Amino acid sequence: MTELKKYQSAVWSEPIVLTMGSPGRRGQRFALDRPVDHTLGELLPAHLRREKSVKLPELSEFEVLRHYEHLSQQTLGMMGVSLFGTCTMKYNPRVNERLVNKPEVAEVHPLQDPSTFQGTLEIVDSFDHMLREVSGMDRFVFQAGGGADAAYLHMTLTRAYFADRGELGTRNEIITTIQSHPCNPATAAAAGFSVITLPLEEDGYPSTEALRAALSDRTAALVMNNPDDIGIYNPRVKEWVDAAHDAGALCFYDHANFNGVMTRIRARELGFDACMFMLHKTFGSPKSGSGGPAIGAYGCTDELAKYLPGPLLERTDSGALTLVEGSDKGVGRIREFMGNLPVVIRAYCWSRSMGIQGLREAANLSVLANNYMETRILSIPGVSKAFPDNKLFRLEMTRYSLEKLTADTGVTVLDIQNRMTDFGVDAPWLSHDPWFIPEPITPEAGELWSREDLDHWIDALAQSCEEAYAQPELVKSAPHNQAIHKLSDAQFSDPDTWATTWRSYTRKYQ
Amino acid sequence: MNKLEGFDGHPYMANSNEQARQAMLDAVGATNLDQLFEQIPQDNLTDHQFSWPKELSSEHELFQVVNKLLLRNQHCEDNLSFIGSGAYRHYVPAIVDTVIGRSEFLTPVFGTSSSDQGRMQAWFEFTSQLGELLDMEFVGLPVYSYGAAIGHALRMAARVNGRSKVIIPEILDPEKMAVVNTYAGHPDLDGHLEVITCPCDIQTGLIDTDQLRVLLNDQVAAVYFESPNALGSLEINASEIIQIARTQGVLSIMGVDPITLGIVRSPGSLDCDICVGSIASLGVHLNSGGGVAGFIASRDEERLVRQFPTLQVSLAKTTKQGELGFALTLFEQSSYAAREEGNDWTGNGVYLWAIAASVYMSLLGPEGFREIGAAVLQRTSDLKRSLASVNGIQVLSPGTNFREVVVSFRDSGKSIKAINDALLARGIFGGCDLAVMDSRLEGCALYCVTELHSAEDIDQLVQALKEILA
Repeated sequence: MTELKKYQSAVWSEPIVLTMGSPGRRGQRFALDRPVDHTLGELLPAHLRREKSVKLPELSEFEVLRHYEHLSQQTLGMMGVSLFGTCTMKYNPRVNERLVNKPEVAEVHPLQDPSTFQGTLEIVDSFDHMLREVSGMDRFVFQAGGGADAAYLHMTLTRAYFADRGELGTRNEIITTIQSHPCNPATAAAAGFSVITLPLEEDGYPSTEALRAALSDRTAALVMNNPDDIGIYNPRVKEWVDAAHDAGALCFYDHANFNGVMTRIRARELGFDACMFMLHKTFGSPKSGSGGPAIGAYGCTDELAKYLPGPLLERTDSGALTLVEGSDKGVGRIREFMGNLPVVIRAYCWSRSMGIQGLREAANLSVLANNYMETRILSIPGVSKAFPDNKLFRLEMTRYSLEKLTADTGVTVLDIQNRMTDFGVDAPWLSHDPWFIPEPITPEAGELWSREDLDHWIDALAQSCEEAYAQPELVKSAPHNQAIHKLSDAQFSDPDTWATTWRSYTRKYQ
Repeated sequence: MNKLEGFDGHPYMANSNEQARQAMLDAVGATNLDQLFEQIPQDNLTDHQFSWPKELSSEHELFQVVNKLLLRNQHCEDNLSFIGSGAYRHYVPAIVDTVIGRSEFLTPVFGTSSSDQGRMQAWFEFTSQLGELLDMEFVGLPVYSYGAAIGHALRMAARVNGRSKVIIPEILDPEKMAVVNTYAGHPDLDGHLEVITCPCDIQTGLIDTDQLRVLLNDQVAAVYFESPNALGSLEINASEIIQIARTQGVLSIMGVDPITLGIVRSPGSLDCDICVGSIASLGVHLNSGGGVAGFIASRDEERLVRQFPTLQVSLAKTTKQGELGFALTLFEQSSYAAREEGNDWTGNGVYLWAIAASVYMSLLGPEGFREIGAAVLQRTSDLKRSLASVNGIQVLSPGTNFREVVVSFRDSGKSIKAINDALLARGIFGGCDLAVMDSRLEGCALYCVTELHSAEDIDQLVQALKEILA
């Protein structure tokens, strides 16, 4: 193993902004015809007026800029290597940022007359058609502000569908698997359904028999991802969809893990009624520290399309695009307006740049890179892979376990995660809750990273694991190269100690 | 379409070349790429002939093609816009865009608390500064939209007091109304909230408190009201609404736009139980509707806090004496940890706007918020006065309006659509038709101004309307 590149975060000891500044400093001024007090006295009745001045910081413009730039420098933020599993870390092309920051996108009001933003609507329409091609669905909408929102759209659409058929009183169950994203059961419950969760069996996916036992005339929908985030593909998916359809249920494909199977499978051909793509993951739009501004692009068959929320695109006889309301029987809205259109534009740009051959290449490389990583990672002492008896090549992710390393050394995967950041590697993804694989860790290589980057990531893991055996305290006390030290509070769920605002903190601690 | 062969040398993919592919294939012991997909049964694989447009892998070509499409758009910088109705164009200071364009904020996903200390702090400074404007101690990270925040808050309230009816104003922005109805669920399924609409004054949209008293009882979980409301009026009876709700054990949920709060009485000082609203006014561009984002806040009171569906950042100690860091708090009650047992469900799709809003609040400070509040009030008042001078127009809003006023064109004999078409021909985006919100507002439109409208802009509107209505 070559010596790892050194990394050290900037340390600015940046104070909380509310403690900064000095009375009378200004960061932004507004043009006024008359003094503030005069305006207020004249236009705002006393009982509507704020009594005490707001305790915000008073800073010059430069001080604000520098403060937040310092905070950005105290954020590792994919400036090294990030292989965060399930999130498909991609390059976010800056030309797309240049395009969406233009006033033709940024300064468009969503309620402008559709005739005034035909350029954007043409892009939305084109991208809808491109997603139809890769999925086989009949129509896509972009109102969902992320993957969880798209799951919620599916649950509310399922509700509208069965309500329209007069079956909602009996069809009130959603079946999913323990490997589905937590938002799937959660949105199902929030929409009013009860949830049946199938456990995994020895091959890494639930058995078809378990599915059949769960299906009944109470089943409203089957919701599944495939491959899941262990990297395992359920080969009986068609049988599953058929069985669900036989029971009268809808089938929803959460395509969060689409990257490795792009151009190889199409949701509709597998029998699904609806699917969802994450434009901020698979289609190159940025994630911005979590999920975006994001989009869960939701596609479905014509049969379900009549329940989609408005405003919906429609081409008029003149060839122009316009926006129309959805059906009264459908989902009215899950969110205001048509969606994060700048994200659609970014995804469209990414897809146009890649082309269908680029999608094929990306899928190939993400699966190839994952399996390449596996050959090296499994040679690290203390590391094993989930469901080792399933010997087939994993798709774009592999879940590993540090169970042995933890048993041998007392060092946990959380310690390893912290230690890896000392080498400029963003914290790897572990697993959604519950952890049915002990001490899990789940990298996703994707198509962005070079072999050198992948090797650096593996070297950082290997070094951290070696240290766990040789100097466990070094790993347990990590990180050592970040702006701050390891957090000491293990428990943040005590009303006496939690503080989500500075005013709460000062009351509880000072 | 040709066979799918992949793509050599694409600028977004470092390993898209023969040498890298072969080296990795050799390492895994595969002879070709197809072999790696052995998990997928043959009959699952597609033989579809994909019909995608040819790739534009050169950046200049991509830019030119997309830019040409976008140049067909008109926008609020080169047109004079009076559209509000849930999305408001305020000025976005330059450094807001600079900060949110930083790669460390723009591109990554979660790290650890220590490796992402800067972003965690920026998020904490968002909730902290918003808490100061609201006068509230507990603030969650943002939710998808204002409407989503109302929906989540109503459901929170129902979990807090175990009741299942909720009261909302009958006059509510139709986009939000539709979102709230979705969140309320369906009577055939569990967790359904019965939505009761409270009568409002048709000219101001203000809650009829006498009618509210009649509707309130011990079955009601929460009453929602907002200030400014769907017609731009500030709610003069906020304190009374909160108090009469409380006497029945009903939680009050108040919707606000934080941009008003440098001058307008805060929801915390009114002692509402839960506060919701939009953060889009705080340094977020309209983004063709992609700028929406909401928040949920409350007193730091355990029975409320335990029902939040959001993620939260808390200050926390580190292993070094005296050093502070940040951690997620109450994660266990979110759907990430508890799946269907969690509070509703959690999405994190708008957190970049939390950073934008944080920078915005730091820039404005107390005086900036006073000034922008006064500037908008001034403009709104100017708009009322100027429009009232036009023959055929009546301004219906008799109360205190922030940003938006109701304009009746009934006496003009022209439809809102005809007027807006004529305005558009003059480069002006007229206000939205209010008939969709309430049929009693047929012939009325909602006109919006912010600090970005000058006196000349309002004059231009007035001149155009005089011509059109002449």
